[in-house]
Amino acid sequence: MSIRVRIPTVLQKLTQNRIEVEGEGKHVRELIENLEKEFPGMKERICDDAGRLRRFINIYVNEEDIRFLEMDLTPLEQGDEVSIIPAVAGG
Amino acid sequence: MKLREEQIERYSRQIILPNVGGKGQEKLLNAKVLIVGAGGLGSPCALYLGAAGIGKIGIVDSDAVELNNLQRQVIHSMKDVGRPKVESARDRINAINQDVEVIPYHLRITSENILDIIKDYDIVVDGSDNFPTRYLVNDACVLSKKPLSHGGIFRFDGQAMTIIPGESPCLRCLFPEPPPPGLVPGCQEAGILGAVAGAIGIIQANEVLKYVLGIGELLTGKLLVFSALDSSFRQLKVSRYPKCPVCGESPEITKLIDYEEFCSLQRKDEKV
Repeated sequence: MSIRVRIPTVLQKLTQNRIEVEGEGKHVRELIENLEKEFPGMKERICDDAGRLRRFINIYVNEEDIRFLEMDLTPLEQGDEVSIIPAVAGG
Repeated sequence: MKLREEQIERYSRQIILPNVGGKGQEKLLNAKVLIVGAGGLGSPCALYLGAAGIGKIGIVDSDAVELNNLQRQVIHSMKDVGRPKVESARDRINAINQDVEVIPYHLRITSENILDIIKDYDIVVDGSDNFPTRYLVNDACVLSKKPLSHGGIFRFDGQAMTIIPGESPCLRCLFPEPPPPGLVPGCQEAGILGAVAGAIGIIQANEVLKYVLGIGELLTGKLLVFSALDSSFRQLKVSRYPKCPVCGESPEITKLIDYEEFCSLQRKDEKV
């Protein structure tokens, strides 16, 4: 089951500069675990030590913020687009 | 207010637009917009708002122009290096359009002065370059019910959202807290492509113009995400967050937080 994952610039070092990668998982948590296997270091950038999503990073499934769905248990389907969106401060 | 002959000529290309007209131009000439930061976002934003004939533009920035700013901060010129950015920005706007009254605030915006500064304006543009200022501006705008155009950039990524306090989600609904200092590098260390700043700064100017004119749809409840590397623009849904620390159901933040110490720490790091 293939999910398209949009990687923000701040994490592209981990994906060898790829803007978009393919991932797998039946929900967001599993997707992150799988991304971590392929791109070590990804999980700790997205989640805190307790495994909770960091408060300055959001994850969207298609156009929807998972905080308003089922958080990291939000189910994923083939063809979904997941976006990792960090707060950016530059100006 | 009656438009002068020269103003009708100057603004003719927007006056002929449906939904703008002479009435719309008068709205623009009567509008008061505050821009926080005369940097990568504030420069293009201020140029377009000044050119469009926004009557009063306040600009807040404590810095002087440096040579390495000119790669993206297109309001400043070679001759301005060393001058306060707010003065350089004022002169450039007035060189384009003398209808605009530019109010320079050569200071660092803080919890002490922000409410007093924003109260005179219709809408605020956040073009600052650090998290403490962004959260301060957001909180001040929410607490004083002042519309805010949020824009941020990082390397090849840009984001923009418009906030109408009490109606649409705020920055803290989107990201409840700033990251701890040191975790996310600023422009100085991270680098930025000037055109990315330009794209987002001009989207912010466009939001302000639509707000003042009362036309179209604002980026409220929507985060515009620009990825320069594949030229994609996406809009993600943003909802009001019930647990938002400043505009949620039981807000913890009822007065402004002074992030000064955090800010100076971060700035020291950025100087490396």
